[in-house]
Amino acid sequence: MAKKEFQRPDGRKPDELRPIKAKVGVVPNADGSAMFSTGDTIAIAAVYGPKKMHPQHQQNPEKAILRCNYNMISFSVADRIRPGPSRRSMEISKITEWALEPVLMLENYPNMVIDVHINIIQADAGTRCAGINAASMALAHAGIPMRGIVSSVSVGKLDKQLVVDLNKAEEDWEEGEGATDIPISMTSDGKITHFQLDGKINNEQVQEAIRMAREACKKIYEIQKEALKEFLTENEGGKNG
Amino acid sequence: MVEITSNITGRRIREYLEEGKRFDGRKADQYREIVIESNVSNKAEGSARVKIGKTEVIVGVKMSVSEPYPDSPDKGNLMVTAELLPLSSSRFETGPPKFDAIELGRVIDRGIRESKVIELEKLCIKKGERVWTVFIDIYSINDDGNLLDAAGIGAIAALKNARIPKYDEENDAVLYGEWTDKKIPLSKEIPFPITVHKVGKSLIVDPTKEEEDISETRITIGRTEDTIYSMQKGASKEISIEEMEKILKITKKVWKELNLKINKFLK
Repeated sequence: MAKKEFQRPDGRKPDELRPIKAKVGVVPNADGSAMFSTGDTIAIAAVYGPKKMHPQHQQNPEKAILRCNYNMISFSVADRIRPGPSRRSMEISKITEWALEPVLMLENYPNMVIDVHINIIQADAGTRCAGINAASMALAHAGIPMRGIVSSVSVGKLDKQLVVDLNKAEEDWEEGEGATDIPISMTSDGKITHFQLDGKINNEQVQEAIRMAREACKKIYEIQKEALKEFLTENEGGKNG
Repeated sequence: MVEITSNITGRRIREYLEEGKRFDGRKADQYREIVIESNVSNKAEGSARVKIGKTEVIVGVKMSVSEPYPDSPDKGNLMVTAELLPLSSSRFETGPPKFDAIELGRVIDRGIRESKVIELEKLCIKKGERVWTVFIDIYSINDDGNLLDAAGIGAIAALKNARIPKYDEENDAVLYGEWTDKKIPLSKEIPFPITVHKVGKSLIVDPTKEEEDISETRITIGRTEDTIYSMQKGASKEISIEEMEKILKITKKVWKELNLKINKFLK
């Protein structure tokens, strides 16, 4: 198990998240929008819809289609990213759809599409999780019927120590067994809707990582809820646009 | 040829599974028969064919010499791509790779990269200037479910018999068709992916296409008996923490059984 004197590069405790900011209504044109930042990672998300799906042949007569688009702004990282979709961004877009679909009542909107645009403005690891957190809030802000909110966090293993919410310096950890990165998304009642892992780890450690993610997601959920409430208070219970 | 699985067939599969039965008589955690054949193309540095039941993939390894990436100046490069050939199923179409093919390639890539099964640091020719790139290309030949596991096993099998081609350092040219007797340096442990599908309340491995069609979600784990290198949850149905713990145990057990079978072919 972990050595007592294990030090995270930024001095956080193993179960300590980075400072989080969350705000809804950041894109006035959108039907719903939100910003979610953790440490130096900043994501914004905007929801357009439900609206009629075009082209028509892509419509599903049983339910609405959730269409997510994850995109990193070219200057969000040190080495400029070439604009446009990549294999990585296409996979993260799909993973985001899978992470969010379980809480959406898509069956209420046959033949429609809900577009979710996620942009990473500044990246310091954990961008897919920040994007999912922002998207989840933006969907709620858009007033789309949901069974709950999805919260997402990356649990990491640095050498043998499990920690939550990796930053870039931790993601690049090379000492000992190196870094294992485990982005996990959960509903507020603890069901897993998204799970990925890269690194080197055993069954028991994965189970422990899931427990840590559960606790971290509870904290993130409270912050997301608070941001949505704040918006309602500011706008006296009603929202427009 | 059946295009898609009908609701009535789907319901029957679920009912059977609730009684612990599958159409082909297998247990929930039982693989179909697996056959591995090496050297399917004599132009490739290494290649293999994997059949799991009626599912079949071929995997080839090619190598070339190029510049290293700036963040790994003394390591070889790895690139994994997958093509779901229209030849292998009426559901696949020609054209640029769609999401399924991209995900397949990326999941296999991560399993190989993270496990460090290829010792990429031994594929450096001149630090910062010339390194080997290993291309692993996966092609589906017949899709009857579980292409992902077949592809992962195929990648390992193709790597196992790959030889490094001759390289003329002076002219910076790879002498394709002429091989050294050096193999691609591989670690001792063989990681490969095992995918568990959730169908109703059941957790099954190695689904046929019919079973895959009604699968609500899947977890792929690239692992050895004791170590996990990559995981990916696919599709949108949520799963509980308890189910995830079961899946970790199932894949550990199945890996052990499958490893014995695979090793027979790779010897």
